[in-house]
Amino acid sequence: MTRREFWLPRPLFSLFLAVLWLLMVNSFSVAHMLLGLALGLFIPFITRAFWPEQAKVRYLLPLLRYFLVLMVDIVRSNLIVAKRILWYPNQLTPGFVTYPLELDDDFAITILASTISLTPGTVTAHYDSDAGTLLIHSLHVTDEDELVSQIKERYERPLKEIFQ
Amino acid sequence: MIGTVIPVVIGVFCIAVLLNLYRLAIGPDIVDRILALDTLMINSIALIVLADIQMSLGILFEAALLIALMGFVGTVAMTKYLLRGDVIE
Amino acid sequence: MNGSEMPLLLELIITFFLVTGAIVALIGSIGLARLKDVYMRLHGPTKASTLGVGCILVASLLYFSFLKGGLSVHEALVALFLFVTAPVSAHMMAKAALHRKLKCSPRTRKGPPDQ
Repeated sequence: MTRREFWLPRPLFSLFLAVLWLLMVNSFSVAHMLLGLALGLFIPFITRAFWPEQAKVRYLLPLLRYFLVLMVDIVRSNLIVAKRILWYPNQLTPGFVTYPLELDDDFAITILASTISLTPGTVTAHYDSDAGTLLIHSLHVTDEDELVSQIKERYERPLKEIFQ
Repeated sequence: MIGTVIPVVIGVFCIAVLLNLYRLAIGPDIVDRILALDTLMINSIALIVLADIQMSLGILFEAALLIALMGFVGTVAMTKYLLRGDVIE
Repeated sequence: MNGSEMPLLLELIITFFLVTGAIVALIGSIGLARLKDVYMRLHGPTKASTLGVGCILVASLLYFSFLKGGLSVHEALVALFLFVTAPVSAHMMAKAALHRKLKCSPRTRKGPPDQ
C-alpha cells in the first residue's frame, strides 16, 4: 500500500462525494466546494475498511458515451413498452432467458445488471456467481438468442472495453 | 400556460396513485403489494414536486428526497425479510 | 419575478416535460394494474414511473432555475437517486418473487429454471 492509497483510497469516489455535496446544498460557492472536498477526502478514509476491491476504470470517455447511449435507450425502449402495455397486454409472451456473462469484474457486472433492468422490457432477476450467468425476465420475447446477442453487442462489449 | 397545465398533471398522477392503491388492495401476493407500495412512493415524489411548483415554494425538495430514501430502504427491507426471514443478520 | 415574464420557449419546454412525465408515469401504473403475473408487473412501474418522475424533476429543475435566477440542481440529486435505486429494488423484488415460487402467466414461453 503506497501513501497515496492510504490517504486517498478512492480518488473518483472522493470527487463524486464532493459533487454530491454541492448538489445537495444547491450552491457553488468556494466555501461549499472546500467543505465538499473535505467530506470527499474524509468519508472514504474512515470507511475504507468496508469497501470491496476497487473497480479499475480504464477509460473515462467511453464510460460517458456509454451513459449517453443508455439514456437514449431508456427513452426509446420506454416507448416500445408503453405501446405493448396499452395496445396488446394480453398477447404478450413473457419468458425467462439465461444470459452467459463474459465480464468478471463485480462492479462491471453490477452496472450491466442495472442497465438491463433500466432498459424496459427486461429485468435482471437473479445472478448466479458460480455459473457466471444472469437470469433475465423479458416482457415480450420471440427469439432468446437474439435478445442475448443484442445485450452482448450493445452493452457488454463497451463495458468490457472500459473495465478490462 | 404552466399554471393551467399543473392541475391537470396533478390529476393524472392522482389517477396513477389510485391504480397503485387498486393493486395494493387486490394483491394477490405480498410481492405485488410491495411493488405497489414502491410505485406509490415514486408517484408521491412527483406529487410533492408538482405541489412545490404550483405554490412556487422551492422548499419541499427535502421532503421529496426523504421519501425517495425511505421508499428505497423500505422496499429493500421488506424484500430482504421475505428472502431471509430476517432483516439484519 | 413571476411566471408571466417567463420566455415562451422555456415555458413550452417545461410544459412538454410535465405532460410527458405524467403520461409515462400513468402508463407505468396502468401496467401495474393490468398485466397478468408478478414478473410482468415488475416491468411497468420500476422503469416507466422512474422515467416519468425523472421528467417531472427536469421540469422542476428548469422552473426553479429560472425563478431563482440561478442554477437549481437539487432535483438532479433526486433523479439520480431514483435512477440508481430503481434497478436495485426491481432486482430485489424479482428475487423475492422467485424465492416464493410465484406462478408465471400461462403464456410464458419458458419458466424459471428451478421450477
